[in-house]
Amino acid sequence: MSGTIKPRDAGELRQAVEWALNEGITLDVRGAGSKRTLGKPMACDQVLDVSGIAGVVDYAPEELVITLRAGTPLREVEALLAQRNQMLAFEPPDLGSLLGGAAGEGTLVGALMGNFAGPRRLAAGAARDHLLGFSGVNGRGEAFKSGGRVMKNVTGYDLSKLIAGSWGTLAVIGEVSVKVLPAPDQTRTLLLHGLDDTRAVAALCAAMGSPHEVSGAAHVGDRTALRVEGVAPSVEARLKGLRDLLVDTGAAMEELGTLESRAFWKGVRDAAVLDASTDAIVWRLSCPPTEGPRVVSRIRSQRPAAKAFYDWSGGLIWLALPPSSDADHAVVRAALGPAGGHATLIRAPEAVRAAVPVFQPQSAALAALARRVKESFDPKGLFNPGRMG
Amino acid sequence: MQMPPLDPAILGRREEIVAALRAIVPGEGVIDDLDGMRPYECDALSAYRQMPLVVVLPDTVEQVSAILRYCQDNKVKVVPRGAGTSLSGGSMPVGDAILLGMGKFNRVLEIDYSNRCARVQPGVTNLGVSKAVENEGFYYAPDPSSQIACSIGGNVAENSGGVHCLKYGLTTNNLLGIEMVLMTGEVVRLGGKHLDAGGYDLLGLMTGSEGLLGVVTEVTVRLLRKPATARAVLLGFPTEAGAADCVAAVIASGIIPGGMEMMDKDAIKCAENYVGAGYPLDAEGLLIVELDGPEVEVDHLVARVEEIARGRGATTCRVSRDEQERLLFWAGRKAAFPAVGQISPDYVCLDGSVPRGRLVEVLAEMREMSKKHRLRVVNVFHAGDGNLHPLILFDANDPDELRRMEEFGADILRLCVRVGGALTGEHGVGIEKRDLMGEQFTEIDLDQQMRVKCAFDPDHLLNPGKVFPKLRRCAELGRLVVQQNRIPFPDIPRF
Repeated sequence: MSGTIKPRDAGELRQAVEWALNEGITLDVRGAGSKRTLGKPMACDQVLDVSGIAGVVDYAPEELVITLRAGTPLREVEALLAQRNQMLAFEPPDLGSLLGGAAGEGTLVGALMGNFAGPRRLAAGAARDHLLGFSGVNGRGEAFKSGGRVMKNVTGYDLSKLIAGSWGTLAVIGEVSVKVLPAPDQTRTLLLHGLDDTRAVAALCAAMGSPHEVSGAAHVGDRTALRVEGVAPSVEARLKGLRDLLVDTGAAMEELGTLESRAFWKGVRDAAVLDASTDAIVWRLSCPPTEGPRVVSRIRSQRPAAKAFYDWSGGLIWLALPPSSDADHAVVRAALGPAGGHATLIRAPEAVRAAVPVFQPQSAALAALARRVKESFDPKGLFNPGRMG
Repeated sequence: MQMPPLDPAILGRREEIVAALRAIVPGEGVIDDLDGMRPYECDALSAYRQMPLVVVLPDTVEQVSAILRYCQDNKVKVVPRGAGTSLSGGSMPVGDAILLGMGKFNRVLEIDYSNRCARVQPGVTNLGVSKAVENEGFYYAPDPSSQIACSIGGNVAENSGGVHCLKYGLTTNNLLGIEMVLMTGEVVRLGGKHLDAGGYDLLGLMTGSEGLLGVVTEVTVRLLRKPATARAVLLGFPTEAGAADCVAAVIASGIIPGGMEMMDKDAIKCAENYVGAGYPLDAEGLLIVELDGPEVEVDHLVARVEEIARGRGATTCRVSRDEQERLLFWAGRKAAFPAVGQISPDYVCLDGSVPRGRLVEVLAEMREMSKKHRLRVVNVFHAGDGNLHPLILFDANDPDELRRMEEFGADILRLCVRVGGALTGEHGVGIEKRDLMGEQFTEIDLDQQMRVKCAFDPDHLLNPGKVFPKLRRCAELGRLVVQQNRIPFPDIPRF
């Protein structure tokens, strides 16, 4: 790595890419760099640091939209929205601590690049569902845009969806417009104690299938948690409805108030409740909710030391495994079984990430299609080469 | 409306192409006589008609795969069609292209209540999905006005919305997975019953790609539990501006209604005459605001919305007393388009999207345009998310009116883009807005989109003539001239 190039605005960003293209230089594209250990290790010629292109361009609370530049820290965005009683409904996780760095360092665009969403994914959608539009530079050194600032827009292909979750491999983002929503007045949680994984996930799925508008459904250790948000009378009524619905589980029930709830769900969001030792391998699995306990049980049958918890009603599994040279990737991916899903290696030493697929391997036809899509944006493979492996 | 010139070589090979299709799809699945093809000559943008080369109606994935592989190998164009309810000409036939109708894929394959999803074939109607699960208290959220007829496959192609997408999202926010056939004949699956497909979000890309990238053969949709209570509030205002202000004020107060629709005076009259929903005939602007959720929450929100509306000068304020009345309030709205047919021989429904805060000025400017083009315009639209549906009234048999309608429509859509909106909120570009794409996108923006198209369909065989105003060959788009050492080391901070 021969150094870092740090453009100060969109014009310099485009110039930087054009220069790299002409010189045949590959770029490690970074915002805050808080997720740089996530993905396949890369050997790039230069770091392209976009953290200097930062700041909110326009925030229109009554339009439910904020436009900001790529380097804008997530915590600044969240603080600004909170002043107007709004939020990023997809609840982006802060994986800083889990990844061995500091908390609160990431950018909003970084969260979008990984399509990371927290517990409210179930009710409010993924990061990609909130990206209304973007502008950036493709691998041909061209400034381009897609989408816009309005809620409904089907003009042309929805490239925002492709960009979200692309790990910076398609284009370097300069600016994004993101949908925001009103923050709830109250956040309360119903905790059920002592259910095993299977009964817990059954309870979560029953709650999700009820009209009680649950916005978080997790099972951590022997605690099964359901989050209810909104105006006070509604929250009260729905909590009562959930208690009645789940009385047959026989579980002891407890309620958490707003502050305790926020702390609990932050722990779930950031996978802090996984309580992984510092050298543990960490995986994140997505599967059909009812399959969750089976997936974990298959893994535990082979790796009894595995630690796991469930979010998304059982459909998201955070998993910690003892260190190994191959991250037990075959065990983990086989455990998904015929019902399907995907497993992402979130944390492992560089040598391990170099040796095994970090992202879920795809069928040959799909992998070839993905490669053609990558080339349609970045024909010379300038951006984050090999990161999605 | 200019379509690409027909390829005489393909027209000359028609018999051979028909025979090849018959070898893939037996019996009545291939239609090549004029009378038989007539029902397919247009979609819901019926001002434009064109007979296809031949119609093929496969009923297995293998047949779809074989048809597309044949088309790829023989460079034959193909236009996919669901129920043919596109309002933008998305499934309008092309004279030298096969029309691939997916209507026989009409089965619900699996309903999984625990995982809250359903796996259906693409020809199942939008309403058919909700009907299949309503006894268990579930539904499928996107509800375009054509839901009784439109197909789920078409909804995926167009990323269809509806009156409830303000709160519950468009098609793209309610899909879990699809199976699709590529032009090569390869069958791929994206997503499934789990969330977030992994890899590039090709599912998100496919949704709203207007049939230009692949043919969907199976769809896994997310099911939602029906809200415990839903009430609709009718709010009548003495001015359009008052109604539009109220929309912005409700959203600004932190309320996201299940739906928030607006109708202007002409729309109110037509709908009332057609359905008798009890709309206030003295109002210049009418809002239908639906609030759903637990009963106590709905009561709370109804009171707040009423208060906001009265503060904005509402002269009518009626809350639905029961489910029957709620459905009646909506019946007028849902029938508004056909109802407008009472006062004009033809109408075209536009679909621009604008920031909510600019609604008042956009509506006023549209009235001025109406005078200039000497054509009436009626507005019925999804006010909550700024998605306009101006209906321009005209007589299709009068060539001058047809021309003025096209110009008026283009002016409205340019206005939408100018105030920071979009050419289309939910109907798609199709052929209707194709030539206006340059208003919203630069040539570079469009070239990037076309390159994505090339990744799926390098010969531009799938749904040709749609979306892009000017087609460029993929080889030309892919060319990259690297100018070594031409750019001086740019003056950018380095470390």
